Amino acid sequence: MTLRTRRAVFLLAAAVFTGLLLWGFGGLPHFGTFQGAYGVILDHGAVPERHITDVVTAVNFDYRGFDTLGEEFIFFAAVVGVTCILRAQPDEASGHIADYAFGRAVPPTSDAVRVLGLGLTPPTVLFGLYVIAHGHLTPGGGFQGGVILATGVLLIYLAGELDDLHGLYTVPALERAEALGAAAYIAIGLAGLLAGSAFLQNVWPLGRVGHLLSAGTVAPIDLAVGLEIGAGLVLLLVTFLHQTIVLRRTR
Amino acid sequence: MTYLPYAVAAWLFAVGLYGVVTSRNMLHQIISLSVAQASTYVLLLSVGFRTHATAPVFGDVPPTRTAVDPVVQALSLTDVVVGATVTALLLAIAVQVHKRTGSLDPEGPAT
Repeated sequence: MTLRTRRAVFLLAAAVFTGLLLWGFGGLPHFGTFQGAYGVILDHGAVPERHITDVVTAVNFDYRGFDTLGEEFIFFAAVVGVTCILRAQPDEASGHIADYAFGRAVPPTSDAVRVLGLGLTPPTVLFGLYVIAHGHLTPGGGFQGGVILATGVLLIYLAGELDDLHGLYTVPALERAEALGAAAYIAIGLAGLLAGSAFLQNVWPLGRVGHLLSAGTVAPIDLAVGLEIGAGLVLLLVTFLHQTIVLRRTR
Repeated sequence: MTYLPYAVAAWLFAVGLYGVVTSRNMLHQIISLSVAQASTYVLLLSVGFRTHATAPVFGDVPPTRTAVDPVVQALSLTDVVVGATVTALLLAIAVQVHKRTGSLDPEGPAT
């Protein structure tokens, strides 16, 4: 199909779609006036009921915790998928660890970038841990904090310490950490069953509102998800970097 | 009363889709798909917005204060995670396609 035909088909479909979209938007509440019953109940009920101050996290890891378990396993499956797609092919072998560019030399990392990258790594990791640990108190949580943790590792690559990253990859600790995070989520859910209640029911002591040790199972689930997302993203990162800086075609 | 946020969502979806349809480079296509997906974040968050409401985080404000809808915000989080996984998988496939064919053109290598 030529570009022109594709564009014609797209414009035709877009015209029909725009009509449907305008029709659908006509049924949406006016901007700023929405009053979903569940949202109002959660806004007013989550703090006294679950001793949690971030209601978004309460929805994700408590009221809707079972869905988030599925979401976590979507991520888990995607990481497995990427590592399978990007495994070393029969005609590839591990070469010298180096940045690679077609037709030109890669300049060495400058000292300024090196110092800044390595200097920013510890604060970034600390900030990631903070966001994970305070997910039930302030905006944040396992998903957001896990991404920040992985950014810390990305900074090591930007600082030009390729050998260190390669060492990370050869150790299967990342895979274990990711699997441990996924398993811990299920284990916390099973605690609800053991307590004679439902799967993922918030059965742990709720603590005092606004304290670090509060909100029952939400904080441990945050830790489990943070571990899984952090380890999974680093695994994604080193898998992609492995493709470009380690693997070389042999024939 | 304004329809601007909904219009932004529709526009993001349209330009993203246009990019996917007309692109001649898979990386550009994948980013276009991310743009189209970003429209769902805008739509979800603007549906849940309430004027003169605070964020649904009650560390400093009492729970009786009017807040925006936390359910759609939680849905956006799910949306972001799914979007990131889709992008990662597509990028991995694009890497392998480039290795096999030496081209990132969705219509195949130039003959």
